[in-house]
Amino acid sequence: MSANHDDHHDAPDGHGRALRLGIGGPVGSGKTALTAALCRSLGPSLRLGVVTNDIYTTEDADFLRRAGVIDPDRIMAVQTGCCPHTAIRDDIAANVDAVETLEERFGPLDLVIVESGGDNLTATFSRGLADRQIFVLDVSGGDKVPRKGGPGVTSADLLVVNKTDLAPMVGADLTVMSRDAAAVRDGKPVLFTSIREDRGAHSVAEWVAGVVDSWRHQHSHSHLS
Amino acid sequence: MDGPATGAPAVNGATLGLPPTQTAASGMPLTHGLAGLLLLADSRLPAGGHAHSGGAEEACRTGAISGPEDLARFLRGRLATAGRVAAALAWSACEAAQAFSRPDKESREPGSPASSGQARVADPETAWRLLDAEADARIASPAQRLAGRTQGRLLIRTARRIWPSTALETLARAVPDGAHHPIALGVAAQAAGCTPDQAAMAAAYTSVTGAATAAVRLLGLDPVTVHRLLAELPYDSVIAEQHDWSALPAHAAPALDLLAEQHLRTEVRLFVS
Repeated sequence: MSANHDDHHDAPDGHGRALRLGIGGPVGSGKTALTAALCRSLGPSLRLGVVTNDIYTTEDADFLRRAGVIDPDRIMAVQTGCCPHTAIRDDIAANVDAVETLEERFGPLDLVIVESGGDNLTATFSRGLADRQIFVLDVSGGDKVPRKGGPGVTSADLLVVNKTDLAPMVGADLTVMSRDAAAVRDGKPVLFTSIREDRGAHSVAEWVAGVVDSWRHQHSHSHLS
Repeated sequence: MDGPATGAPAVNGATLGLPPTQTAASGMPLTHGLAGLLLLADSRLPAGGHAHSGGAEEACRTGAISGPEDLARFLRGRLATAGRVAAALAWSACEAAQAFSRPDKESREPGSPASSGQARVADPETAWRLLDAEADARIASPAQRLAGRTQGRLLIRTARRIWPSTALETLARAVPDGAHHPIALGVAAQAAGCTPDQAAMAAAYTSVTGAATAAVRLLGLDPVTVHRLLAELPYDSVIAEQHDWSALPAHAAPALDLLAEQHLRTEVRLFVS
């Protein structure tokens, strides 16, 4: 091998590494359920790693381990010192460390999912940590949430509205949510799911697979040219 | 006060592109290194420090810290023990990094005024491993050693991108799992243009600020009261020149060791340490 080839150390960010997908959203909206669903759907075809940011226990990591959707060693839990948004936005050092540890141990990987701790509507991922991000809401928070916006709702690459099976019980109007979300998101996609009924969250998994695919094409060969 | 009558313009030398008039004996401006110190000691430095409580979370959980009085005692004890050791390690690491970065070899010879603890060792990587072992020997609790290395690794990663330096590269190579945090801090401080005293001050200061902030978050203490506690701590008293690595301070705090060990065994925890 020549000295100039196959040296990935000077490669720009993104080359030779997995796509990093952030999943954020309020407490209880279904971030961990979505993470498990994506592992279930994408595990057979993609090499995965997962980083969880529990607010205080290793509950989310344990849930994923028990769900048996991914090799437990491929799940790392990061503690966030009472500030889940800090760990994904302002000081991403511990999360980047966890992602890179997974890639060193199990790489090459196709996709590393970083699930944030449950937070508020203003929490978004730093671009230094996540290449793409999904924001998860659920209908039981009320159908006004998309209209209220906030960086998570407006700027995430994909907005997922979960627990649609509960809509009739909580009086949430899905067409209102859909219309409001479209209005504040400037054409970016919105998907409605009920992960309780569709345990693979197939529409979301399809979106993620497409994103991973284009990431691969953008970042796999250019360094050889 | 200078009024218009004196003719003094309302601009300083820097505004006019003049060199600062006040300089220390070294010829450096008196503010030299201060910007680096402020950046390094800022809790907003993105190096993972926000998630470490230095034993304060466990102390809050067990009731050892329940209010400002307990917290004041905890912080004084932490500064006098872990803080003093951290300051000494950071001082040594910064001074060694300075010596390694000097172009003339002569100033690195043993016994010369410009060299001290590291000078007996030929190459930087061996020196960093030696200093790291000195840190290891001073931290009884495996949980604290783990937390210190984690913080060190994250700080090195961050500092390498902010202040690229040869010393940070050799440190990263010498201790791939992460050097202890005070050593990383000392080397980062040198890269940021700080003096060993400033590096030691950053180490002393950050040895207590994480614990104080954790107590504010966990107990809902008045943040102004807690900042007053921080302002009253005797930081200067734990900072000293170090010229023999084997004789670095080794003040132990068994309570902090026990808190760190118990913290790892506690099911519900918000902080890494």
